[in-house]
Amino acid sequence: MQYALSILLSGISLGGQYALIAIGYTMVYGILRLINFAHGDVFMAAGLMMVYLTSFLGGLLPAGLVIPAGLLLSVALTVILGFVIERAAYKPLRSAPRMSVMISAIGVSYLLQNLATYVTGGLPQMYPEIPGLSKTVTIAGVSTKWVTIITPFLVVALVIALTQLINHTKIGMAMRAAAKDFETAQLMGVKLNAVISVTFVIGSFLAAVGSALYFTNYQSIVPLSGALPGLRAFVAAVFGGIGSIPGAVVGAFLIGISESIIKGSSWSVFSDAFTFALLIIILVVKPTGLFGEKVTDKV
Amino acid sequence: MLKIENLHVSYGGIQALRGISLEVPDGKIVTLIGANGAGKSTTLRTITGLVKAASGSIQWNGGELLGKSIDKIISSGIALSPEGRRVFADMTVVENLQIGAYLRNDKAGIAEDIKWVYSLFPRLEERSWQLAGTLSGGEQQMLAVGRALMSRPKLMMLDEPSLGLAPLVVQDIFSIIREINRQGVTVLLIEQNANMALKIADLAYVLETGNITMSGTGAELLANEKVREAYLGKNG
Repeated sequence: MQYALSILLSGISLGGQYALIAIGYTMVYGILRLINFAHGDVFMAAGLMMVYLTSFLGGLLPAGLVIPAGLLLSVALTVILGFVIERAAYKPLRSAPRMSVMISAIGVSYLLQNLATYVTGGLPQMYPEIPGLSKTVTIAGVSTKWVTIITPFLVVALVIALTQLINHTKIGMAMRAAAKDFETAQLMGVKLNAVISVTFVIGSFLAAVGSALYFTNYQSIVPLSGALPGLRAFVAAVFGGIGSIPGAVVGAFLIGISESIIKGSSWSVFSDAFTFALLIIILVVKPTGLFGEKVTDKV
Repeated sequence: MLKIENLHVSYGGIQALRGISLEVPDGKIVTLIGANGAGKSTTLRTITGLVKAASGSIQWNGGELLGKSIDKIISSGIALSPEGRRVFADMTVVENLQIGAYLRNDKAGIAEDIKWVYSLFPRLEERSWQLAGTLSGGEQQMLAVGRALMSRPKLMMLDEPSLGLAPLVVQDIFSIIREINRQGVTVLLIEQNANMALKIADLAYVLETGNITMSGTGAELLANEKVREAYLGKNG
């Protein structure tokens, strides 16, 4: 019973972390019809920036401020990174075939991984302990880190905030309009590039928050640390119906929980194979995913 | 006043407009008639900035529009109700109207203009909270016109507002176009339904394969033998 609870808890928490990455995939896809392959690496870069920022700030600030300042700065820099990637690698290809943009995204992904290898020398970096998140807590006899408990609540709060933004603000309305029909949105006066930038900013922000939660759990960061979580979050987004935010969140929790269950069984080594088998099944049975709409190409 | 001079537009090597010139005087209804593919939609799309021109000029109240961004052109008082309506199907009617006012910041004025649009199209008010995708074709056309009006344009451009609608609905739409014009909005109208369009037009142009081949008042073109043959049917 305790074992089951501990698996469920870690699955929910992992799922929440995937959800924060998956939203970035699904929102960018919703507007640009682009799978942003660099997104997982942005997530990794957020973690690395936190490592280097805290060690840099350690010499400048009083001890209690290092972690909060590092967190704020790493989130801010990740947002800037996401913005710059879009402007430099995707915007110039706005009228190019979709395949070109996708290849550009793959290029950015490798660039970030190579940069990370260059900076770290390929050595695993230890993620700093965030007080509050890293402490151990015991619930019903199961001991776990606080981050496991906090993650689902934080994710739900962020998703609610995001939904409010999309449904009840002007920029949210512009995003919904642009996701459906670029041209007509422009005829309303919507500035497409601004809307796309905002989408990347939101996606990178959530990935940065997710990275703080994820690496608090896993602690060590290597240049490839973003690849698998990114891929799993991508599967979650497709599973839930790419383009749909609730879909991405539900998909991520399902993927996180099932990964946790398999990792707790004797089939542990097959956890990724299972994740992708799940993807194949959903694509065969319901190609649009759980909450996906029928894909109608933009005119 | 909108003044187009010697406008050339090409799409991937094909010349869509080959040096057209036309004028849309303030307060008038001007119509552009012509067959499919003559370049009517291209003309409107170039005015809004959706399509880039190769050369020529589009003067709007003395300023040049070519090279300006779409949002600048829209906020200078030009609106387009696009061909095929293109309402945002999964937004409500009222949200569609709100996004029509996207570039405005006067909340009170926007609320007032939503009422104004509802007074022009009472049917939309009944369906205010319905998703636009669930409306009938005629209602969607009304919504597309209403949405374009929400930017409070000085020049309203309509691309095939009668396309695919029942004759009674078409009459409704045309009487609303006249009403909008009576309230001081200049109208540039594209139509395949040349008969209806020429009847309400102060000024009309005939566009054939990228060239303007004829112009005159609506009544003149209605009476013109060539126009009757080509666009109205011999007995029309």
